[in-house]
Amino acid sequence: MNAVGNTQAKIYGIGAEFQSARDLYHAAEKIRDAGFQKWDVFSPFPIHGMDEAMGMKKSILGKIVFFGGLTGFLTAVSLEFGTSSFLYPLIVAGKPTNLYTVPAFFPVMFELTILLSAFTAVFGMLILNGLPRLNHQLFNWDRFKLVTEDKFFVAIEAHDAKFSSRSVSDFLESIGGTNITTIHGD
Amino acid sequence: MSNASASAEPAEQLTAEEKQLVRAPLVLNKRTMGWISNYISSIVEAKTPIWWYVAMAITAPLTVMCLAMLVYLIATGVGVWGNNHPVGWAWDITNFVFWIGIGHAGTLISAILFLTRQKWRTSINRAAEAMTLFAVVCAGIYPALHVGRVWMAWFLAPVPNANGIWQNFRSPLLWDVFAVSTYFTVSVLFWYTGLIPDLATLRDRCKTKIRKFIYGVLALGWRGGNRQWRHYEMAYLILAGLSTPLVLSVHSVVSFDFATSVVPGWHTTIFPPYFVAGAIFGGFAMVLTIMIPACAVYKPLHDLVTIDHVDKMCKIILLTGSIVGYAYLMELFIAWYGSNPYEQAAFWYRAFGPYWWAYWSMMFCNVIAPQFFWFKCLRTHLVWVWIIVQFPNAGMWFERFVIIATTLARDFMPSAWGMFHPTWVDILTFVGTFGLFGTLFLLFIRFLPMICMFEVKAVLPEADPHHGEAHH
Repeated sequence: MNAVGNTQAKIYGIGAEFQSARDLYHAAEKIRDAGFQKWDVFSPFPIHGMDEAMGMKKSILGKIVFFGGLTGFLTAVSLEFGTSSFLYPLIVAGKPTNLYTVPAFFPVMFELTILLSAFTAVFGMLILNGLPRLNHQLFNWDRFKLVTEDKFFVAIEAHDAKFSSRSVSDFLESIGGTNITTIHGD
Repeated sequence: MSNASASAEPAEQLTAEEKQLVRAPLVLNKRTMGWISNYISSIVEAKTPIWWYVAMAITAPLTVMCLAMLVYLIATGVGVWGNNHPVGWAWDITNFVFWIGIGHAGTLISAILFLTRQKWRTSINRAAEAMTLFAVVCAGIYPALHVGRVWMAWFLAPVPNANGIWQNFRSPLLWDVFAVSTYFTVSVLFWYTGLIPDLATLRDRCKTKIRKFIYGVLALGWRGGNRQWRHYEMAYLILAGLSTPLVLSVHSVVSFDFATSVVPGWHTTIFPPYFVAGAIFGGFAMVLTIMIPACAVYKPLHDLVTIDHVDKMCKIILLTGSIVGYAYLMELFIAWYGSNPYEQAAFWYRAFGPYWWAYWSMMFCNVIAPQFFWFKCLRTHLVWVWIIVQFPNAGMWFERFVIIATTLARDFMPSAWGMFHPTWVDILTFVGTFGLFGTLFLLFIRFLPMICMFEVKAVLPEADPHHGEAHH
């Protein structure tokens, strides 16, 4: 078995290469059934149905974005009523400054809801993914560079409860993985 | 799913009826994932081609000219433009609406076609989104500069100030500030989110340290794990869901600038849908205007941006052009049927007044010219398509000019009538914005992948996890 990174450093995990989305999908099903928890599959594009194959639930990002949008909406409401009804009530074209003016306030409410939802979606996604980061132990593995091209990978992390170097590498080989490599940190 | 796996099966095993059900492949010539990465990245990685320098030698001076005109305007005053009484909004707002409208096609392709599962969008969305951003940059110049004293533009932002004055949130002009700035910000976020996995591809292919550092930082450490993809896909879906109402709202809000006034010719409820249809119409024309030459330069791109794509975009131009034509006729009908003499006079002046040439140019370019796209032979011939879409490009500019300048030139009272004539600063600034647009687009082609590689890989038949397996 190959080893990459600083072999004196702690092991990050063991990786294996697969040749197609189909192989990766079936490998994920088997790893899930074997009961591993700290592992991931890597692919050049999102693979349809992989969440189920890995036994994962839907992303919670949608729920987070709801609160981002709510913040945007409430910001607009307080900004508009705060300034136009209390701080600087200005009657333009006979339009009232009280609650009846709300239709004219809709566009800004809408825009700020969208704006803060979008910010929450992007930055929430990055935070959930642990990004941005400049480096990662996986990047010590040269072949892993092909993950953004046309190869597929699996990595089982060392801090998984069921992890042991020998059994994991045998297991990855038995499910069809090639180029099985121990990945060390720096 | 079933379609994707069906198309993967050898066609000879299927009966004649089944063959008709098999969808045409989105990527031609059986290109592989490796080929897609290699080819698209090689455009960015190869030595800068001569044509790029030639094109840049045209657009860069125009950009400088645009900036020089803006400096001249700021230094001298907004009077260097031809704006006058009564035509207080002239080429500045015409050009603003023209450019912001062009942006709409990019968001339509990236958001609405994503939500409606139109997988053919994957090969054109990146370039179309880039076009959106650059068009909005060009558009943003005008409202920012036409306020006159640019250094006071921050008054548009609701920040506490020494005078204790706050914005009028019931004004469509302030809605416009929020709509356009939100649109630009969300478009940047959407575009950049889509770029992250492709920037990671470029990072992983880098040979030199400097490139590795730049693309490495820009890729944010993307690893392509499914634990990342699932949040990523959710974020992309949410952004598409947010951008869809947003893009429809932006041009609606722009149209409110006119429709909420009492000026005859502007005060109509048809404006929001008619503006949105026109924006998509003009935007698709601009997408084709730049994509056809880009694919002519990089010939293998024809396997990704196929004739079928061009055909579909021409159909959208035909549809939206017909909606715009319907709106023009409906405006005329309502002017007649509404029996408002001022409204009738406004439309009479548009067609037969001193700006008749603009009105009839608009009618020909936007209503007559796109009807050629009823013919499939014209929709699938790249040269003809490129020639025909120049009419919507020009026609949509004429439309905004007709709506703005001719309406203001003929108000209620003959004593308030006047003509607008552009000055040389007006003309050079507008020509310069095309240079700015072209320069930004050339830089985009040179330094970023112009086709969304990971999405194109995902529509290949072998991307299906059940590819080649028996399906039910």
